[in-house]
Amino acid sequence: MKPLTTEQIRRVIARGKFKDNLFKAIGVFCLALALVVIVALIADMVIKGSDRFTLDFFLNFASRRATQAGILSAWVGSLLVMLVTALAAVPLGVAAGLYLEEYAKRNWLTNVIEINITNLAAVPSIVYGLLALGIFVYQFGFGQSILSAGLTLALLILPIIIVSTREAIRAIPAMIREGSMAVGATRWQTCRYHILPYSMPGILTGVIIGLARAIGETAPIITIGALTFIAFLPPVPFTETGTGTAGLFDWVMSPFTVMPIQIFNWTSRPDPAFEVNAAAAGFVLMAMVLSMNAVAIYLRYKMRKNIKW
Amino acid sequence: MFNRSKLFSALAMAGVALFGAQAVQAQVIKIDGSSTVYPITEAVAEEFQKAKKNVIKVTVGISGTGGGFKKFCRDETDFSNASRPITKAEMEACRAAGVEYIEMPVAFDALTVVINPKNSFLKQATVEEMKTLWEPAAQGKIVKWNQVNPAWPDAPVKLFGAGADSGTFEYFTEAMVGKAKSSRGDYTASEDDNVLVQGVSRDVNAIGYFGYAYYAENTAKLKALAIVNPKTGKAVEPSAANVENGTYAPLSRPIFVYVKAKSLEKPEVLEFVDFYMKNAAKLTKEVKYVPLPANAYLGNLEHLKKKKLGTVFGGHNEIGITIEELMKREAKM
Repeated sequence: MKPLTTEQIRRVIARGKFKDNLFKAIGVFCLALALVVIVALIADMVIKGSDRFTLDFFLNFASRRATQAGILSAWVGSLLVMLVTALAAVPLGVAAGLYLEEYAKRNWLTNVIEINITNLAAVPSIVYGLLALGIFVYQFGFGQSILSAGLTLALLILPIIIVSTREAIRAIPAMIREGSMAVGATRWQTCRYHILPYSMPGILTGVIIGLARAIGETAPIITIGALTFIAFLPPVPFTETGTGTAGLFDWVMSPFTVMPIQIFNWTSRPDPAFEVNAAAAGFVLMAMVLSMNAVAIYLRYKMRKNIKW
Repeated sequence: MFNRSKLFSALAMAGVALFGAQAVQAQVIKIDGSSTVYPITEAVAEEFQKAKKNVIKVTVGISGTGGGFKKFCRDETDFSNASRPITKAEMEACRAAGVEYIEMPVAFDALTVVINPKNSFLKQATVEEMKTLWEPAAQGKIVKWNQVNPAWPDAPVKLFGAGADSGTFEYFTEAMVGKAKSSRGDYTASEDDNVLVQGVSRDVNAIGYFGYAYYAENTAKLKALAIVNPKTGKAVEPSAANVENGTYAPLSRPIFVYVKAKSLEKPEVLEFVDFYMKNAAKLTKEVKYVPLPANAYLGNLEHLKKKKLGTVFGGHNEIGITIEELMKREAKM
């Protein structure tokens, strides 16, 4: 074979560089498209809702007058429901993921469970709502409460947490386990001191993605009976409520509303002035989701720094 | 299966005991039901809580007239908002659960047929014309305006209407087509009336229908179509005055709240009903519905005092009932 001339080599390099740049341009275009859409959405909500970004908007209850209507019961409701969801889904999901990855034997049963969990992540949320209506609301008698809503959303995000926990654990090199076992650690000690801490950044990402999905869910919450007009907050523990002192956990049985339902109600009202409220509330919900993601990124960064293999 | 449900119940009891559910829920007045009645009840609830310094708590949900009655007859709510009278099946469900109720008409609504403000050929329409346009047989066939009336132009018809689950859909079809829920299916349907408002305001050849409040808030974008009253033969526009004098028929309809008799044993519920009836006229007007005459609200309170249970409609929806007729019927009860 004849060696290439300098000219030919230059041409090959130029062609390669052109393809490189072409791909780069396409990539940047795709990224820009996604970013422009989200920025346009946020900008639209901020501009439309700018009249309502006052302290009163956050401290007022719903009202029939658009200018006085606020989101107090909605954001408090959303936060409390998220708290219940996290308390229920995180321990369950992480434990289940850990068990499947570190303890369970590989046989047909675990395979079936695995396939089912992956499939569960794709089940439409309304189905979880119907399940919860039957079980939590009526069978368990939790009623239309924060507890019912929190547990429903916990079911919804459980598959997401389990799957991300398993992925995070699988990313840990086998030598870590072997090293730990080699110096005499039990399986539990290996999990407790090595597997869990090292997989924590990945698990946290999954948890936050799950919670961010849950906070925007409307269908299952409507199914179990969230309210539209509610002008009071759940009882704060150990305060006077009028019929006695509230217990530590009384708030979980309280009726509630959440941000997406409040937004939906405002967009479907006859008076166009409520569109401003809906835009403002939409931005607040978006900010809540984005700040949850920010917390996840920060925690992941901090924890990764401490891992020294 | 039985054993498992027992286990579930036991778990539930434990849960309820742990969290002390009853203590919180006892002081809340629960209301659910129609989205049409919602604005009125919400306004009353808002004012009531303000007046009572938030000691008595009221919650209002939206699950539709049918969904509201389902909860009401399961003994879950104190009040049910309804944009139509209770049906036979619902009366049966309530009776089976031992739920007794008092029926209270609270306002009138005018179902409004709307067109684009730029539409120049439509001034009025008869019930027959609406039937030709909306009946199931029209599906796929009646697609141009001149097929309904030769005097109208050869232009495509764009239809917008209520979703099949709403009381509005039920009433409109019964009043125009003659049979409840009997309608052509090839139109833009939405449970969200603002979608319909947008649709009609953007198309010159569009026609749609929804509650009067949505028209009243969007008069710049929409034109209301006068409907010929079949009894007098005169075309009447929807307005508060025409609903009050009974000429806007058959698209005027009464809307109701149903109060559970057992709940009236609670003093806060009694107080709420009293407040509702005394402020309904003012608040109804504010949210763009047509209030009843003052003695109608007093009549409701009278029924309450004398514990007159049940409905005056006997489980049927009635088309084109006027305020006057309704009042007569309520008085006879």
